[in-house]
Order: sequence, then structure tokens, then C-alpha cells
Amino acid sequence: MSELPDPTIEAFYKYVSERKLMAARCVRCHHVMVPPRNVCPNCRNTQVEWVELSPRGKLVTYTIVHVAPPQFKHMTPYAVGIVEMSEGVKVPSIIRTSRLESLKIGMQLEVDFSPKPQESGWPQWPRYFFKETE
Amino acid sequence: MPGKPLATIISAGLSKFGRREGLYARELFAEAALAAFSRVEKLDPAKDIKAAFIGQMSEAYEHQAHNAPIESSWAGVFPAPAMRVENACASSGSALRCGIMAIMSGLYDIVMVGGVEKMTNQPTPEVTGILATASDYPFEQWNGMTFPGLFALMATAHMHEYGTTEEQMAAVAVKNHKNGSLNPKAHMQKEVSMDEVLKSRVVSWPLKLYDCSLITDGASVVILSKPKLAKKFSDNYVHIIGTGQAQDTFCLHERESLTTIKAAKTAAQDAYKMADIKPRDVNVAELHDCFTIAEIIGYEDLGFCKPGQGGKYIESGATALNGTLPVNTSGGLKSKGHPVGATGTAQIHELYLQLTGQADRRQVADAKVGLAHNLGGSGATAVVHILKGS
Repeated sequence: MSELPDPTIEAFYKYVSERKLMAARCVRCHHVMVPPRNVCPNCRNTQVEWVELSPRGKLVTYTIVHVAPPQFKHMTPYAVGIVEMSEGVKVPSIIRTSRLESLKIGMQLEVDFSPKPQESGWPQWPRYFFKETE
Repeated sequence: MPGKPLATIISAGLSKFGRREGLYARELFAEAALAAFSRVEKLDPAKDIKAAFIGQMSEAYEHQAHNAPIESSWAGVFPAPAMRVENACASSGSALRCGIMAIMSGLYDIVMVGGVEKMTNQPTPEVTGILATASDYPFEQWNGMTFPGLFALMATAHMHEYGTTEEQMAAVAVKNHKNGSLNPKAHMQKEVSMDEVLKSRVVSWPLKLYDCSLITDGASVVILSKPKLAKKFSDNYVHIIGTGQAQDTFCLHERESLTTIKAAKTAAQDAYKMADIKPRDVNVAELHDCFTIAEIIGYEDLGFCKPGQGGKYIESGATALNGTLPVNTSGGLKSKGHPVGATGTAQIHELYLQLTGQADRRQVADAKVGLAHNLGGSGATAVVHILKGS
């Protein structure tokens, strides 16, 4: 038996707290999944393993949010996007940049991490986010 | 058998859509139900209606769950069983399918389907938060995504891939507001200019305020019967000849393509096949224009134009009230309003009016076949229905 945790959302965010962006990969068809889960949506196999994603990815699409729910209001305007990793999996993310106007589809981004927020309410996790490559 | 009636709409009703201060969801629902009952005098709702399927998205607005028995009984449909159906913005499209299945199963001869949402009692940031609950909490909401945000992600991708423009999206708003100005039940009975849409404040770039549907209170009701029974109650009925519903990945980022909604394509193909018609046979359609980009993608997914050509299709005028295929004659979610749970059967209400010649100033001449396209969330649910006048 492997010592790795089950492919749960809790385990995904525990890895984020260790500054690791992880995905689940189907042992049979190698489909890579974020969010992680037990059943492969591609081939229905139930054996999956954890893989650490490369730190860089490509911006596939984005938007700049001006009207946000109360918990994000203090950040407006902010960018969110979908980033395609070299493993082929796409992940949704906040894109942190001081120059919102410089965002472009196809640009390279790299992952970074921030600690669990101090806010109350359930549930709360640490955050991964993407930023422009240095 | 293809083209055969599955169930028959013997009546439909709509509450006034808008900011309905001082009214609860149950009261709005009763208003829509009474409007539907008034069209079929031979129907005794308390006796003849054997079950109710009611779409409603959120308990958060009124701190109220277990809504269906409340709303059904407020409409006088009691003690028939009442069920709430929740599929976000596709709640009442899904409720309609439940009603069709209930009729087709033979369990009931007559059922009431409908939907309702009371939204304007909450401030906009709270509504944005409540609507966002129809997206994935740990990956989408947690990453700051909103509903306009998710459709904006599709819009940016569509612009990048096909050269779709903000002006083309704005043209959807201009058209639907023009139609809505002719609908006395619409929330915003007001035309808007291209310039006003383009200059409205940004909600989630590239979507601006006038690219977004309205936060609205409202309810809609449709009465379904077994096809053979319809004549007993009404001379003005509409057959449902096709139904399709499908799922796509719940999270937007998991989709292969961000410029199409696969569930809508699948639902449409199933419905067309069942109805034994082609997209070109549709005379009038209500599309889920929660955001202007959704109507453009809808044209493509439903086969009204080729993939990527939705922007050019709106520009061509084909979907205007006097075009070859008028879309959203009601004003759509954009101008009629989008009380989330009510939307699916509100689309059916408009098609019922069109196919029975009761659409007044927005009547499409010789409309025989209508199509409704109802999306839930960012498209994890899509429901398509095809209707035929009698």
C-alpha cells in the first residue's frame, strides 16, 4: 500500500499548504485530473495516483472581475483565468499581476502559494495562484 | 416514434417580471399559476392537477427550503404531491422534463410545472455570491470566479479563437432589449443603444453591465396534459415533440473546448432527433442569454450557424424579430429578466404564446415550431425542448 493520501480535495489543499500543486492521474489511461477524485472521468478506472504538476503553465483564457462576492470585493479589479500545465491538465486560478492590461492568452505563468486566510467560515484553504514568470 | 407529441401544453402563465417589492416567491408563483389557470376555464386545478414540479435555485434569498409544497398550495394545487427541482438556471427546464416524464410514464394525466425566484431582496454582491454557488466551491468560487466571470472566460476564448467582438455581443443586448420593450411582462421594457451597451460599466471584462441578464423577481407556470386529453380543456394547445438534457463537466476548466457548451449540443441533437426536425425547421426560439456571449455560443451549439460564426450570425439580423429565425422575442433573460428558477418555463411560456398566436406586438407570423434552450451553471446542465403548434 502506498503512503500517499486518497485523492480528495482536502488532500489537494494540504499539498498546497506544502507549496505543491498536485493532480490525480489515472493509472490506466493517464488522464490527469484537477480536482482530484477516485473515478477517472475518461475511462472510469478507480485507481489513481498523485502527480506533482510542473510550476509553469500557459494562460488559456482570462477575465478581469470588477463585481465580486463580498469575500473578494477588496481585491477588485482582479484577474482570474484558466492555465494549461505541461501535463495537459488545465487549472482555474487567480492571476496576480500589477499590470492587468498586460495579460494575454498564450502567455507563460508560474505558480505561487499563499497561506490559509484568517477569515472565519467554512471551509477555508491555503491558496495557489499564478503570476507572470520572472 | 419521431415527431410524436410527448405531452401537451394546455396553458401557460407568467407573473410580471421585475423588482416585486413586498412579494414572496410563493406569492409570485401563485400569480403565474392563476394567469395560467385563467386560460383554461374547464380545468379545476385543485382536482385535475395531480402533481407539481417546481424549479427554484436557492434557499438563501428567503431563508426558505422545501419550497414546492408552499408554492403549489399557494396556487391552490393541494394536496397533490409537489417537488422542487434544482439545476441552477436550468431548474425549471429540468422541472419541465420531469413533468413530461411523469405524463409519459402514465402515472398522471395532468401536471403543473413551473419555476420561481425572488432575488431583489438581497444586495447585488450577495446575489453574485448566491449565484456563484451554482459553480464549484473548492475550485471555482475559491479562486474568485463569479458567474459573469465564468461566461467572460468563454467570451475571451471565443474572441481569441474566432475574432468575435464586443460589438457583436452588444448586438445581442440591443436586439433583446428591443424585443423586451414590446413585452408588457418584461422587467426592463426599454431599448438600449449599441453605444450604451459598450459604455456600460465593466462587470467581468469583456462583459459589461448590459451584457448581463437582470436580477429579477418572477415566476412561470405551464400546465401539461396527456396529448389525447388536451382537446378536452383547450383549443389552443401546443405539443412538446422533443426533449433533450445532458451534462458537461461541472468545472469549466475541465472542458476540452471553452468556446462551446457540449451539453447543449448533445441535448439539442437528442431533441431534434426525437422531434424529427432539423435546425432550419425552427421558426422561433428562446435562448439562454444569461450573458450575451451565451446566446452567440447557443446559435452555434443548436446548429443555427456554424461553430465560430455566432458573432456574424447576430450581425446578419437573422435573429431579429423580423429575421428568418427570431430569437428571444420575449426579450430573453437580458431584458425580460432572469429570476433563475423561473427562466426555463418562462421560455416555454413565450413559445406557447408564439405558437398559439397570442404574442401581440412581438408575434412571429406563421410560427409553427419553437425551440427552448436552457442552461444550468456554466453549462454542466443543458436542456432543450422543441414545441409544435396544433
